[in-house]
Amino acid sequence: MDDLYRDHILDHYKRPRNFGELEPHDLAAHEHNPLCGDELGVHIRVRDGRIEDLRFHGTGCAISQAAASIASEELKGMELDEIGQLGADWMIELLGIPISATRRKCALLGLKVVRGAVTGDHAWPNGQAH
Amino acid sequence: MTAGTSPSSLDRHANAAKASHGRPEETATVTSLGVRDDFPILSRSFDGRPLVYLDSAATAQKPSAVIEALADHLRWHNANVHRGVYALAQEADEAYEGARTEIAAFTGAEPRATVFTKNVTEAINLVAFAWGRANVGPGEAVLITQMEHHANLVPWQRLCEERGAELRYLTVDERGEISLAELDEALAGADVRIVAFAHVSNVLGTINPVAEMTRRARAAGALTVVDGAQAVPQMPVDVAALGADFYAWTGHKALGPTGIGVLHARPELLEAMEPFLTGGDMIASVDLHHATWNQIPWKFEAGTPPIAEAVALGAAVRYLGRLGMDNVRAHELELTRHMLRRLAELPGLRVVGPPEAERRGGLASFTLDGMHPHDVAELVNRAGVCIRAGHHCAQPLMRCLGVSATARASVGVYNEPREIDALIEALNGAREVFAA
Repeated sequence: MDDLYRDHILDHYKRPRNFGELEPHDLAAHEHNPLCGDELGVHIRVRDGRIEDLRFHGTGCAISQAAASIASEELKGMELDEIGQLGADWMIELLGIPISATRRKCALLGLKVVRGAVTGDHAWPNGQAH
Repeated sequence: MTAGTSPSSLDRHANAAKASHGRPEETATVTSLGVRDDFPILSRSFDGRPLVYLDSAATAQKPSAVIEALADHLRWHNANVHRGVYALAQEADEAYEGARTEIAAFTGAEPRATVFTKNVTEAINLVAFAWGRANVGPGEAVLITQMEHHANLVPWQRLCEERGAELRYLTVDERGEISLAELDEALAGADVRIVAFAHVSNVLGTINPVAEMTRRARAAGALTVVDGAQAVPQMPVDVAALGADFYAWTGHKALGPTGIGVLHARPELLEAMEPFLTGGDMIASVDLHHATWNQIPWKFEAGTPPIAEAVALGAAVRYLGRLGMDNVRAHELELTRHMLRRLAELPGLRVVGPPEAERRGGLASFTLDGMHPHDVAELVNRAGVCIRAGHHCAQPLMRCLGVSATARASVGVYNEPREIDALIEALNGAREVFAA
């Protein structure tokens, strides 16, 4: 089996969880990966300081879409205060595949957009340059 | 001592070019120029798979003649240009200016109206700044096309913003072509000062009718700026015959090194223009509060120029010249034809741009149903095949094609049909991964 395109990655790519729009929502952000033109937006509904529900929307490669889908399952129920602490390692570990330098931004786009929506910090996780 | 000793394969081709003169049916069947041994990098392999390089539209690989010319210059002839009195400095001068003469001759341009820049981006910024700022004003327009690379788009956006001018676009139809009728219409208002467009599109492959377009623009009193980055490496280009006021191209796509671009212009335009960058080398004299400018082309070459790069680019055009650009074009046309035919075999694969190989440069951009181009490029890389994925620095065009990105395979003088076949096999493998 391919190292990168493992079954769970392809499954999340083809059947992404928590994808679409969420109305009404409390927080939203939209980001793109300047390298490849991938776009990803998020709608977040907040209740009692936690992410009650969220939806991603956009287009991108298998890695960026699967990463957002996988992250969405973990992010539900998480306290907003925790979001700013989530770094690149959290996302990459969650993905469970070896990520090369060239695909790193694909993997981190979902986390970047959620952090942007929640904290207003639009930098790449762990302060990577563009 | 200058490098550029030609491999025997080149002599063979120079002779073949002569022999086949007037017999186009023979050149039309050329599928290999037999020059692979001239390109050391092509002997590399990745994970035991030989390198299949199909990304020459991004940058071309370099023949030994170019690599040696660069090293030879640095090793034996290095000195700064234009100000040394000693013999070594004169050698460097002669090498640099000799390269200019050779490069200008290759594209049918005048050496004194051939400016070395860093790349096409800098060349177009030069024109936008030095000619555009002085000649484009409020209520006037710059006309470009929807297929432009950002290099021939963003400088015009900025110029128009600064000068209160309007940036207008010629549309690209579903065949990836622009329309001369639409150009006529756009020029009818007589407010267009600049018409800027690619000779060959880096995404669609479309070969634009440059001579037709420059003729129309001139009749309407507009200057033309042509981005020849994808054209000069793969087809005969005669700047004078094309009638472009400005024609820019880059060294590294034409088998030369990075760090050097070329801007050809009508000399009287350069004479009348103020400098772009100022500083060393581009001056005639400097006093405390004033400076006067050097003659063209040096007026536009501020600071120490890319000397070794110019020398190596000279070797690159000499190499291409010996291959014969008609032969290069015939070869790449045949490969493109093969590529389009084979890509059409894959279900769910859509090629953008003109359907006929004759209307294209040596590249094909495509999408594959259910797969993002990045994943396509990543998976074919497992088979040692190098293709590009992304927006190819043409985001407005991507939007107009209705895609976020494409994968792009492009060919060079060294490619062979079997490498296209390797791409097809790799694409089939990639589809299997995603079909699972």
